Amino acid sequence: MNKIIETNSLTKTFDKTTAVNDISFSVDEGEIVAFLGPNGAGKTTTIKMLTTLLPPTDGSIRINGFDAINDKDAVRRSFGIVFQDPSLDDELTAFENLEFHGVIYGVPKIDRRRRIDEMLRFVELYDRKDELVKHFSGGMKRRLEIARGLIHHPKVLFLDEPTSGLDPQTRNHIWDHIRKLNKEEGMTVFFTTHYMEEAEQAASRVFIIDKGTIVAEGTTASLLQTTGKDSLEAAFLSLTGKMIREEEAGSKEHMRMHRSVWKR
Amino acid sequence: MQTIYILWLRQIKRYLRSKPRIIGSLGQPLLFLVSLGFGFGPIFQKAGGGNYIQFLAPGIIAMGILFTAVFSGIEIIWDKQFGFLKETLVAPISRTQIMVGRTLGGATVALLQGLIVFIITLVAGFRPASLNMLPIALAIAALIALFFTAFGTAIASLLDDMQGFQLIMNFVVMPTFFLSGALFPLGGLPSMLETVARLNPLAYGVDGLREALIQSAHFSMSIDLVILSLSTALLLAIGSLLFARIEI
Repeated sequence: MNKIIETNSLTKTFDKTTAVNDISFSVDEGEIVAFLGPNGAGKTTTIKMLTTLLPPTDGSIRINGFDAINDKDAVRRSFGIVFQDPSLDDELTAFENLEFHGVIYGVPKIDRRRRIDEMLRFVELYDRKDELVKHFSGGMKRRLEIARGLIHHPKVLFLDEPTSGLDPQTRNHIWDHIRKLNKEEGMTVFFTTHYMEEAEQAASRVFIIDKGTIVAEGTTASLLQTTGKDSLEAAFLSLTGKMIREEEAGSKEHMRMHRSVWKR
Repeated sequence: MQTIYILWLRQIKRYLRSKPRIIGSLGQPLLFLVSLGFGFGPIFQKAGGGNYIQFLAPGIIAMGILFTAVFSGIEIIWDKQFGFLKETLVAPISRTQIMVGRTLGGATVALLQGLIVFIITLVAGFRPASLNMLPIALAIAALIALFFTAFGTAIASLLDDMQGFQLIMNFVVMPTFFLSGALFPLGGLPSMLETVARLNPLAYGVDGLREALIQSAHFSMSIDLVILSLSTALLLAIGSLLFARIEI
């Protein structure tokens, strides 16, 4: 199998805290893998490094065979991403958002228009393509972001908590789309989530990350076996402990924000 | 090229779609024009300064451009907070392209706003001395727009949220406007104020506009053009550098 994502001793430190500590893993082409971990475990930092938004302090990343530090643009063309927070332009229409994406990724006009139509139909938003995004519901925006991430024919799709804040109907709907994409186009999907059942249902392999290191990896079945639990959630809790992380991470984040009002 | 065009187009579309913003940002120049223009008009006339509306109008046009331009640049903070900036930062394009596209878009918007203010001044009784100089006035207006959009972008690259916005408005943008000679002649000022004006890029913008529109200059057209062009180039470079350093 072709390794589409490969990291080696990936490390990121901010000032004195180590957000990601020496992690190495690989993902095969066509896999759906879940990246699980409590808040502040280093999931988003890892995704930011994988997607060239953040330079690693140490270690290497290869996406689709390209080096994520020295060959950024080739890497950027290789993946699509749906960020944790919405990142559409609300003042533009659905079509305009996709068109903008297609242009900045250098997709030639004929292919771009065809692909935009195709993707809008795929996420069932074709009828509303000329409406401003600000009139869309949360679920529609998410679907549009997925469509957008696919305009430039990426090899990998990164999804950072793609279903947080959505109702179960919409979540199911979105996962149907993602699975279909994986089956029909062989798209590799790398996602993070706090919903363990999503990982159980969709992922062929699961990574559990805590305090910046990968504490377990494998299929759901193998994780259940090693921990002796009967659900991924129980296995997750036994691996990462029951202590709530939000408080700590929240206040740290808060302080960082305040300090960085004037960054330099 | 296409990348810069689509970034530019986005700014224009956003501007044209937000009517409240267009109208809202006309309020301030209109208020200054009417209250100062007609309020101080008689005194200005008695003091031998001539028609105050004629004198003030170029300053008010510069004001409209200044505020819209700074705001357009600072809008990047919204993009940071609402996530759209990430979409452009993970794309296979350079930071310089993003900065250039955005700045051109913001400057075009500011220029449009300046044109609307210009039309309002005409309604208020302003009459340009010669129509032949209008292209020069447009060029100066474009330089002011570029300079302050780049300034806004540079500031936005340093800030993480809108909390610092008031600070910049009150301690940088407002003084830039008030000490530029937009409202009063620079001749015969206390030397300290004159020195401050000489260090203020907007002073050259206002002076250039005045030269082009009513043929009266404190410095001279060539000095205005040279200083404005150089400082705009410098600020674009600084803005690009700071923008390239944004991390999210």
